[in-house]
Amino acid sequence: MIRIEDYSPIVGQATIDELFLLAQRLQGNEIQNINSTAVGGGVAEILTRMIPLLTQLGVRSRWDVIKGDEKFFSITKKFHNGLHGVPVEVSHEEYDTFIEVNRLNVGMLSFADIVFVHDPQPVALVEERKNIGRRWIWRCHIDFSKPNERIWSFLQQFIEQYDTAVFSAPAFARKLAIPQVLISPSIDPLSDKNKDLPDDLINSIFSRFGIDRTRPVITQISRFDYLKDPLGVIKAYKIAKRHVDVQLVLAGGGATDDPEGPTIMQQVQEEAAKDKDVFVLFLPPSSDIEINALQRGSTVVLQKSLKEGFGLTVSEALWKARPTIASAVGGIPLQIAHKYSGILTHSIEGTAYWIKQLVNEPEYARKLGVNGKEHIKNNFLITRHIKDYLLLFISLFRRNDIEYL
Amino acid sequence: MNEFYFKTKLDQTTLLGLTAKNIRELLKGIKAIPEASIYYHTHKYLHQHHFLSPEPPNDFAYWITEVLNEARLGEIMSSVDIVQFHTLQDLRTRFVEILSEHLRENDKSPTAPQGQEFHFMASRMFVLQTPYTATTPSEFREALQRVSVNSLYYHIFDAKLRLEKGENDFSRWFRDLGKTQLADEIARLDPYTYTLEGLRNRIIKLVERHDSN
Repeated sequence: MIRIEDYSPIVGQATIDELFLLAQRLQGNEIQNINSTAVGGGVAEILTRMIPLLTQLGVRSRWDVIKGDEKFFSITKKFHNGLHGVPVEVSHEEYDTFIEVNRLNVGMLSFADIVFVHDPQPVALVEERKNIGRRWIWRCHIDFSKPNERIWSFLQQFIEQYDTAVFSAPAFARKLAIPQVLISPSIDPLSDKNKDLPDDLINSIFSRFGIDRTRPVITQISRFDYLKDPLGVIKAYKIAKRHVDVQLVLAGGGATDDPEGPTIMQQVQEEAAKDKDVFVLFLPPSSDIEINALQRGSTVVLQKSLKEGFGLTVSEALWKARPTIASAVGGIPLQIAHKYSGILTHSIEGTAYWIKQLVNEPEYARKLGVNGKEHIKNNFLITRHIKDYLLLFISLFRRNDIEYL
Repeated sequence: MNEFYFKTKLDQTTLLGLTAKNIRELLKGIKAIPEASIYYHTHKYLHQHHFLSPEPPNDFAYWITEVLNEARLGEIMSSVDIVQFHTLQDLRTRFVEILSEHLRENDKSPTAPQGQEFHFMASRMFVLQTPYTATTPSEFREALQRVSVNSLYYHIFDAKLRLEKGENDFSRWFRDLGKTQLADEIARLDPYTYTLEGLRNRIIKLVERHDSN
């Protein structure tokens, strides 16, 4: 089991000490996380890692999962798509079913001192607040920048019954009658996807895929999905290739809900077939070590998304001190300050321009990588996430801009 | 005994749900936001990128330069010398003056591309006592080596501008100890031009020099 002290060599003992100082202020309070799935997805992943660490800090924490049938989850899937801006129709009956399932769950749960509800599925549990009191937080993990207005106003009636709402990026903030807090997601530096790897393991993974580590390698790790713009990446590579000898790696899972997914995948494969320096790697879900190695062994990492939630693959690349070129969308500008800790681009041409620059100027690229890693260390590791959660819980009992604990 | 208690602080970032897509809206926002928001947008980079020197400019300047492509106005906004200001209200007034003047001289104002609007945020500060204290300059030096950068940040930046104490906590303490020259030397530093570790080392060296005299 990972121990909170294991992070001390990475972030410094003073940071760990501060977490213990904060945790002391929560003595006597129990935190209850509630979401809709115990496995799979980012929320389950972070809770699995976070709860043991909170417990070690002395904060009593538990995690409950609401129950729902297929109909309920097909409605929440509609909500999810609608909140991402996809046109959907939700009927009155479906809204009623959503509330009914939440009410049924209220009867099955016992509530702790601080009820920490994740995402829209369990949002209506808060109706119980009028009977039991407690402190309530609603944490939104999804992109909320252009939600379907009808779904949003339905959810808003519940959200505004909470003490605080939490969003992952500034663009997701809404006009709300309750305080809104920014808490970015994080990466775990001790996980398989991010831990240090020996160089010979990196070499062996590159040779397994037939990639030549003696020549520059440009890599994008992402699903093969229109929004990740793999075809744009190939175009940028081709422009850069006129002047620099580079290889391109596109690696990630193939599964996607995007109806255009199969077409994109086919086009990507066709392009790759024409060029022996383009490697398209469809990786199974258990490929964390491979992804880690591909990122670590790359000369430059790209994330040329057209739309992004937070874009944690950028944090992953920067944590490995990789010079990173990424689109200025979603949470990416929080992770990269242009020309300081990476490069932000807006076009295929701009991406190609910066690939050439970073390949030809390795010292400048190295500096970006070093700064990027430092930025992630200070702002996007799980220890910062724990600090934000502890502050969030404490802030429920205090309302001033400056609080002396 | 005049004891120095090292405190530390941790910030929570809050979202105001207020955005700007051009200079006019940025000005309107800067006039309306709480002081905690002025502080956030002028100190965020310093805190988040405290290993970088030179650091990126304040958020307003960064957005004006990188998103609106208004290089000249961005440069003027980034050149506002924060160390000269003793209150956040005065700092706000300076930004308002610069933007108002720009709008008087420029009819046309570029608009941020969709998705790149300026989002006003603020921070709430939670102050904690650390176990570190000092009664002498050498104890002070020892402790300053051990505390987190958040502690240094609190006593230097927050004390002067956010808590509006007029000067940093270290200088005030050394002044109380009768070490006026050391107090003045620390007060004279421009902390905005150091990385936080660089600042920590600089202060330790100053104390060391005075202590050995």
